Amino acid sequence: MTVPATAVGTVLAPSTALVERGRLRFFAEAIGEADALYTDLGTARAAGYPDLPVPPTFLFGLKLDAPDPFGWMTDLGVDMRFVLHGSQRFEYHALAFAGDEVTFRPRISDVYDKRGGALEFLVLETAVTRGDEPIANLTETIVVRHPELESAR
Amino acid sequence: MIELQELAVGTELPALTLAPISRTTLALFAGASGDHNPIHLDTDVAASAGLDDVFAQGMLSMAYLGRLLTDWVPQERIRSYEVRFAAITPVHAAPTCTGRVVAVADGLATLELAVTLADGTVTLTGGAVVAID
Repeated sequence: MTVPATAVGTVLAPSTALVERGRLRFFAEAIGEADALYTDLGTARAAGYPDLPVPPTFLFGLKLDAPDPFGWMTDLGVDMRFVLHGSQRFEYHALAFAGDEVTFRPRISDVYDKRGGALEFLVLETAVTRGDEPIANLTETIVVRHPELESAR
Repeated sequence: MIELQELAVGTELPALTLAPISRTTLALFAGASGDHNPIHLDTDVAASAGLDDVFAQGMLSMAYLGRLLTDWVPQERIRSYEVRFAAITPVHAAPTCTGRVVAVADGLATLELAVTLADGTVTLTGGAVVAID
């Protein structure tokens, strides 16, 4: 076990990011999104949206625009080469759109291990807001492999 | 988009089959998503971790599954969406996204979701709750 249980409850530095139209179009291209709602301003406005909508999983990556986004893990002694994404959850409160400035407030909510420490699990919960308005809550489980402990068993 | 009145337990979402994932897609997704972890991009880093090759970002498959959802209902109806990453997705794998309604109650439909590769490997399992009233 690398990560101490005392890490639970650690509040990480908040960060703020501007949702950019160009970045949303780039994301749509990367995932093969063909629905013009996500890339064409006229289509989005005709659908009643103020601007291009932020698709369901985009906030996860936008959070990583913060400086040194994996620093909280390396500070805990985690070797990033052995990190896997275990699970990811989004709870949605309101859609976000291009032009919005959103704030991320992450917190380590749980740390545990399995298989005698060969697998460590870090749970990060992040509240996303636009001003005072809740946009979404993200919960991610990060799995840290320890191959040396795995092979010792 | 589905007519929401027609929706019932057992309703299947139209499946979404993707082309094989290229290294270009991995690079574009890293830049567009903001996840620059080199384990998905750099074979030298993959080799130093004892892996034969890079593998796709889990969030790429979750984004594909998100397309399955937003092709089916307007996005503002999605209340929650979650997945478990069950297996890694090798480069060149071709994922298929599927979903079906498993419960309807109180104006909400609960969906069961999966991503499966051509060889049968289930890479993601998950669920979503969608407002239908």
